Amino acid sequence: MSLITVNNLTLGYNSTPILTDLNFSVEEGDYLCIVGENGSGKSTLMRTLLHLQKPLGGTIVFGDGLKQNEIGYLPQQTSIQKDFPASVYEIVLSGCQSRLGWRLFYNRSDKELARRNMERMNVLSLAKRSFRELSGGQQQRVLLARALCSTQKVLLLDEPISGLDPKVTAEMYELISTLNEEGITIIVISHDIGAALTYSKHILHLGKETFFGTKKGYLSSPLGKLFVSQSKEDK
Amino acid sequence: MSEIFDKLQMYLSMPFVRYAIIVGVLIALCSSLLGVTLVLKRFSFVGDGLSHVAFGAMCVAQVVGLSKNMFIIMPVTIIAAILLLRVGQNTKVKGDAAIAMVSVAALAFGYLIVNLFANSANVSGDVCSSLFGSYSILTLKPEEVWTCVILSVLVVLFFILFYNRIFAITFDEGFSRAVGVKAGLHNLIIAIVIAVIIVLAMNLVGSLLISALIVFPALSAMRLFNSFKTVTIVSAIFSVVCAVTGLFAAILLGTPVGATIVAVDVILFAICFVIGIFKGGFKIAKAS
Repeated sequence: MSLITVNNLTLGYNSTPILTDLNFSVEEGDYLCIVGENGSGKSTLMRTLLHLQKPLGGTIVFGDGLKQNEIGYLPQQTSIQKDFPASVYEIVLSGCQSRLGWRLFYNRSDKELARRNMERMNVLSLAKRSFRELSGGQQQRVLLARALCSTQKVLLLDEPISGLDPKVTAEMYELISTLNEEGITIIVISHDIGAALTYSKHILHLGKETFFGTKKGYLSSPLGKLFVSQSKEDK
Repeated sequence: MSEIFDKLQMYLSMPFVRYAIIVGVLIALCSSLLGVTLVLKRFSFVGDGLSHVAFGAMCVAQVVGLSKNMFIIMPVTIIAAILLLRVGQNTKVKGDAAIAMVSVAALAFGYLIVNLFANSANVSGDVCSSLFGSYSILTLKPEEVWTCVILSVLVVLFFILFYNRIFAITFDEGFSRAVGVKAGLHNLIIAIVIAVIIVLAMNLVGSLLISALIVFPALSAMRLFNSFKTVTIVSAIFSVVCAVTGLFAAILLGTPVGATIVAVDVILFAICFVIGIFKGGFKIAKAS
């Protein structure tokens, strides 16, 4: 059984569909990259996978005992966060909120988990620093540590590299693929087709035509060839 | 100097001054706690809008002749709070426009109703006192003090117990929803608590100046401190200190209570702003 199976999914807002009859599945340990032009429904798909939004039709089935609150999420940063007074530790610890259940306060194992994930993302030394003073790359690593507190299995990353410079972008991708090697399933939305092709195992292309398959299959498909050459021209 | 202390001691021996201090401290504490969340979520103006709604409701209560006008004001303000915070998220009417509409409409209709059906000789005096707080804080009855104490304890308790969730939802509501936290329910409770605080605060500073109590302590603390916990605690301390200082100053100088407290809040903010620039260099000043 796949970790996530999507059957005949129709997505959209206010009963206007953006995407129809979407089918794909994500296996355990997979690295899926979702690409497509702006407005092709990438973010809508992610919001639907996270149950932030209801699909207009079709189903999303979680397998292998995956529960809704076991998905880790790296959202795009909001304007609120730019001047938010919060320490790195406070933010990472808030990743444990799904473990709270009916409890009101974090316990020792929550705090230990937050500490371990800060270590893992190499931000432990920043624990007391203010989030708003960090560089873009450091901020993303803090938010990744938070996401890891809420999952052992799957990470959904929404444009994880937007606004980062090339060197930090490369580091970020290395970090993500290390997590993938450690057994965490990765689903990432990206504009950056080059990186998608370097690191991912499967590709989901959204747009007028959709494609789902392995990276190799995508590169030899007409759609893939066209999109790759267009992206190169844009640069 | 000793003259001032003698005078203060004399005032402190009067029960109504003690009541005013108790109520002032509690309201300052409650409003600053929720203030941090409101400022950070870009809801600073909700306080202003709601206080105008509360003013409108109070006018209606006065005209109808209810002796316990809390029973009209409280539910109306709570409903308005829920509607305004909800509308902020859905998009037909944008949050700021909705607040502007509701607050001005409530203000206008409130004043209109009081003028049309006035049963007191001094309408403009009454209106002025409910807008700017006047001296009603110095004429509190024991039962009003108790209501305020009970509601304040509930607000503080709510804030402490739900502190972790309030932080998480304020910082990143999308993440909270994604990991299965019922953010909508929490927002609803926060809206109710805000409404309660505003109705309480009308006694202290009047409905035009309530926003100051909510916004200034939080902004002052945010200039100087970097973690959510410190900012929250410090803004509570700032708020209480300003309220007490303002109350004493108002009593000694014979100035209006609400306006004096707000003036102290503004002065403290100016001081924090300057210190913030020296402390963090221009970097923080620019970033925020």
